[in-house]
Amino acid sequence: MYAFEIERPATIADAVAALQDEDAQALGGGQTLIPTLKARLAMPATLVSLTGIGEMKGVCLSDEGALCIGGATTHGTVAQEAAALYPALAALAGHIGDPAVRNRGTIGGSLANNDPSACYPAAALGSGATIITNARTIAADDYFQGMFATALDAGEVITEVRLPIPQAANYQKFVQPASRFALVGVYVAKYADGVRVAVTGASESGVFRWTEAEAALSADFSAAALGDLGVSAEGMIGDLHGTPAYRAHLVKVMTGRAVTAAG
Amino acid sequence: MPKNSGIGASTKRREDLRFLKGQGHYTDDINTYGQATAVFVRSNVANGKINGIDISVAENMPGVLAIFTGADFVDVGGNPAGWLINSRDGTPMKEPKRPVLAHGKVRHVGDAYAAVVAETEKQARDAAEEIIADIEELPALVDMAAALKADHFVHDEIGTNQCFDWGWIEDNRAATDAAIKAAPHVTTLELVNNRLAPNALEPRCSTASYDQGTDAYTLHTTSQNPHLTRLLISAFVMGIPENKLTVIAPDVGGGFGSKIYHYGEEALVLAAAKKVGRPVKWTADRSEAFLTDAHGRDHVTKIELACEKDGSFIAFRTETLANVGAYLSNFSTVTPTFLHGTLMAGNYTVPHVYVNVKTVFTNTAPVDAYRGAGRPEATYSIERVIDMAARELGIDPVEMRRKNFVKPDQYPFASAAGLEYDSGNYDALMDKMETLADRGGFDARRRESEAKGLLRGFGVNAYIEACGIAPSNLIGVLGSRVGLYDAATVRVNATGNLSVMVGAHSHGQGHETVFPQIVGEMLGIDPLSIDIVHGDTSKIPFGMGTYGSRSLAVCGSAVVRATEKIIVKAKKIAAHMLEAAVDDLDFVDGQFTVKGTDSSVSFGEVALKAYIPHNFPIEDIEPGLEETAFYDPANFTYPSGAYACEVEVDTETGKVRIDRFTAVDDFGNVMNPMIVTGQVHGGLGQGIGQALLEKAQYDSDGQLLSASYMDYTMPRADDLPFYTVDHSCATPCTHNPLGVKGCGEAGAIGSPPTVVNAVIDALQSGGKNVIHIDMPLTPVRVWEAMNNA
Repeated sequence: MYAFEIERPATIADAVAALQDEDAQALGGGQTLIPTLKARLAMPATLVSLTGIGEMKGVCLSDEGALCIGGATTHGTVAQEAAALYPALAALAGHIGDPAVRNRGTIGGSLANNDPSACYPAAALGSGATIITNARTIAADDYFQGMFATALDAGEVITEVRLPIPQAANYQKFVQPASRFALVGVYVAKYADGVRVAVTGASESGVFRWTEAEAALSADFSAAALGDLGVSAEGMIGDLHGTPAYRAHLVKVMTGRAVTAAG
Repeated sequence: MPKNSGIGASTKRREDLRFLKGQGHYTDDINTYGQATAVFVRSNVANGKINGIDISVAENMPGVLAIFTGADFVDVGGNPAGWLINSRDGTPMKEPKRPVLAHGKVRHVGDAYAAVVAETEKQARDAAEEIIADIEELPALVDMAAALKADHFVHDEIGTNQCFDWGWIEDNRAATDAAIKAAPHVTTLELVNNRLAPNALEPRCSTASYDQGTDAYTLHTTSQNPHLTRLLISAFVMGIPENKLTVIAPDVGGGFGSKIYHYGEEALVLAAAKKVGRPVKWTADRSEAFLTDAHGRDHVTKIELACEKDGSFIAFRTETLANVGAYLSNFSTVTPTFLHGTLMAGNYTVPHVYVNVKTVFTNTAPVDAYRGAGRPEATYSIERVIDMAARELGIDPVEMRRKNFVKPDQYPFASAAGLEYDSGNYDALMDKMETLADRGGFDARRRESEAKGLLRGFGVNAYIEACGIAPSNLIGVLGSRVGLYDAATVRVNATGNLSVMVGAHSHGQGHETVFPQIVGEMLGIDPLSIDIVHGDTSKIPFGMGTYGSRSLAVCGSAVVRATEKIIVKAKKIAAHMLEAAVDDLDFVDGQFTVKGTDSSVSFGEVALKAYIPHNFPIEDIEPGLEETAFYDPANFTYPSGAYACEVEVDTETGKVRIDRFTAVDDFGNVMNPMIVTGQVHGGLGQGIGQALLEKAQYDSDGQLLSASYMDYTMPRADDLPFYTVDHSCATPCTHNPLGVKGCGEAGAIGSPPTVVNAVIDALQSGGKNVIHIDMPLTPVRVWEAMNNA
C-alpha cells in the first residue's frame, strides 16, 4: 500500500467537493479498493470515504412504491431491511460474499465498480432501477457500459438506487468456486408491463439483458417457455472456472431455475 | 481407573486456549528493538536471463540499509536435496545449485533475484520498485513432456530437464512386463494428480539477529523442523557453525509440508542481520506464499492393472512424470520415489509391481511433500484403476478389493513393492465401513436422488501408507542424506512437575496435550503438571521435525524411552529412601511402594530428593532427575483404512455435492481419540479439496493463474459433509512402544480416489459413459465430461 490521505465527509456536497481533485478516489466499503491498494495496484493521493454520510444510508419506500437504497448502504443492511419489501433483492444482498464483506460493502460501491461477476448489477438491471447521483439520474439500461465501465463521470457519486418492486422475482447465482462471485448469475423480475432478465458473470461485456428470454417469459412466465432459446457462447467469459460454452449453458439453466423459484 | 486424562482420553487441547484467544506467539509477532525489514524482488517471468540489475537509485532511497543480489551469494553453498536418487542406469540424479538469490537466470515466477533491507516495510517496498533488472525473457518450460523433449533447459549446466529416471524395483521390471503381457485382462488409466498450493494459514516469516559480541546468530522462523533448518544452513548453505546458530520455530500456523524445507529467505535475513548489524524481519504476503511455498503433487501417470477374469490381481505397472519445479526442494526427490513407488502394491497380495518415475525440471515453483507426500499419488493411481477394472469385469468394487487383500494371518507381509507390513486387518476395516456407511441402504438413497433429478454415486477406497518416518538404516541404503530418528529429554523439576523437550515441532497437531498424556500415564501424575518444550534448538536435544505422520510414532517413542529411564532412576532413589531393594518396589499411580507393605514414597518426594540430595548415595546415583533418549524406528508404520463417499451430481450444471463420507482407519493404538478425529477431519478436508476444488494452474508462459483466493479454491465448510469417522479397528504397530501408527496424513491420502470413484459411479448410473475425469472435479469439468461422453 502506498501512503494516502483520507477524508471523511459528512455530507454529499462535501464528498463531491473533495472528489474534485483528480488524484482523489471515492471509497465505499472498500471490498475491492482496499485489496487493490494493498497490492500497490493503485496510488490515489486521497481517499474520500463515503460511509460517514448519513444522507446516503438506509432503505425506504418512495411515494411511487419503489425501493430506495442509499448509496452507502451495506449489503447486510439491505438483506435485513429490504426483506419484507423486496425479498428477492434482500436474498441477493444476503448472499454477497461473507458476513464481513456484507457488513462493509455497499450497493453504491458495487454498482460504481461494476465488476462483471458482481451480483448487484444484475439486480439493478433486472429491476430496471434508476441510479441517482449527486448530479443526475441514470436509467440502469444506460448505466452499465461493459466490464468495470459505467456512465459515471469522474468524481460523480451514487447517492441512491431506486428499484421498482416487481410482482415476482428471483436471483439464481451459480458461484465461481474460489471467489464465490457469480460464475453465472441470473436475475429474473416480473412486472406488470413485462419480464426482465439480467445476467451477470457470463459476458465479456459485463451484465446484460437476455431479451429473447424476456419476450418469451413475458408471454408465459414458466421455465418451459424458454423452450429452445439459448444464448450464444460468443462473447462469453472463458477462464479457469468455466468455458464460454459452459457459461452460455448455465445462463439458460439459471434463468429457468430463477423463473421456477420466482413462481 | 477411569480414563479421563492419560493415554486414550479425549483430553481437550490445552494449546487451543491461547490460539483461540489470540495469545499465540508466531514469528511475525516477534518485534525487537532496531528491527529492519527485508523485502524481496521477484521475477515476473518464468524463465529469463539476468543481464544486469541496477540498484543505483534504490540504494539511495530513504531508509534503505542494504541491498542484496544473487552476486552476494555466489560464494556460499546451495540449498541441497535431502535424498540422492539414482537413475535406472545407476547414474546419480542431476543436482543443480539452488542459490539463496537467483543469479544469472530466474527460473520461475516469484524467483527472488534481489532483496532490500530498510528501516520500514514501506521504505523497503518503495526501494524494491526502483530496482531495475534487465531480464531477457526466454521461452518457459511448463509442460513436463515438452520439457523432456526441449533443446533448452531450466538449468543450462546440466544439459537436460530430467533430474532422474528411477525404476522400482528395477529387478522386477522384466517379470512385471511379462506378467502383464500374458494377463487375461489389463486395465489402463492415464491420469493427472493435480498440483496443489499448500496454503498454510500463516505465511512464511523469518526474523534474524546477530550478536557481534559472541559471533552468534538467532533465527526465528516458520519451520516444521528447526534442527533440520539449522543443519542445512550450517552444513550446506551459509557455513555458520551449528553452535553459533539458534533456530527457533515458535507457534507456527500450519505447514502441511511446506514448512519442512529450508528456503533462501531464511539465509538472506541471517546474512542481512550481520551486514546491517540489526535484527531483520521478512514476512511473506499471500501472493508470495502462492508463488514460492513448495507446491505439492503434480504427477502425470499411466497405470496398468493386470488381473485374472475373476479379479485376482497379477501386476501393477506405473509410468509417472513428476514435476520438481525449477529447483530441488529438500524432499522433492524422495517424495515421488520412495514415498510413492514403495506403496504401489497397496493393501494387496499382487505378485508383480513395477514403477518408473521420471522427475522433470520446469519453470514453476519447486514441488515437494504436501500432506501425504507421494502416498496420495500412489493411492489415487491404484484405487482409481482398481475401480475401473472392477467396472470392466463386472465385479463389485468392494469384493474386488477384498479378493486381493493381505489377510490378517499373513503378517509380517512382504509387499511386491519392497515394504514389510507389520500389522493390519483390511477386511475388518471394510466390514466396518460398509456398516457405518449403510451400504445396504444406498440403492434406496439413489432412488430418492433420482426422484429429485440428481445422480447418486457410491465410491470406495482402501489405502495403506508408510508413516512413522523413518528407519535410518533402511533409508540410508535408499539414498537419504539424513537419519530420521527423534529425541526427547524428560526433565523432572525439583518440585515434581516436568518439562519435556521434544524434537517434534507442533504446529497444529496437539503435541502439547498428547505427549503429557503419555508421560502422565507412565508416571501416574497429572498431565497438567507436565509441559512440553519444542521448536528451539537451544532448548531441545535434537529433532528431525514433524511430517510423515511421525511425531507420535517416532518422537513419542523417544518420550517413552526417556520416561522409562526416569522411572529406572527414580526407583533407585526411592529404594534408597525406603531402605529397600529396587526389585522389591512397585511403582503404581505415582507411588513407589515396598511390596507387601504400606511403606511408600511419592514420585514428587523422589523428585525433591533428587535435587536436594541430603543423605543421598552420590557414589551410586547422580543428583538430578533428567533423561534423554533418541529413538530410531525399526520399520515404517502402516496405517490403513477403508473409506466410502456418496455424492449427488447435478447433471444440468455438473456440480458435485458430497452427501456422506465415512472414514474407517486403523491407526494402531490411539492416544487421544478426539485429536485423532480432528486430524482425520483436516486430512479429509484437504483430500476433498484436491478431488473437487484445488489446482495450482500455470499457463503456457509459466504464469500462475490461480495465484490468489479469487481463483484458487480452498475448501470451505459448506463444501464438506458431516463425516463419519471411526478408528476402532486397531491393529497395534508391532515395533514401537506405544503401538501407534500415525494419523496426520490418512484423510488426505484416502479421500481423493474415494470421491472420484463416487462421481464416476454416479455418472455411470445415469447412463453417461464417463470412465475418468481428472481432478479437481469442478462443475465445468464434470459437465464437459458428461457432454463429451
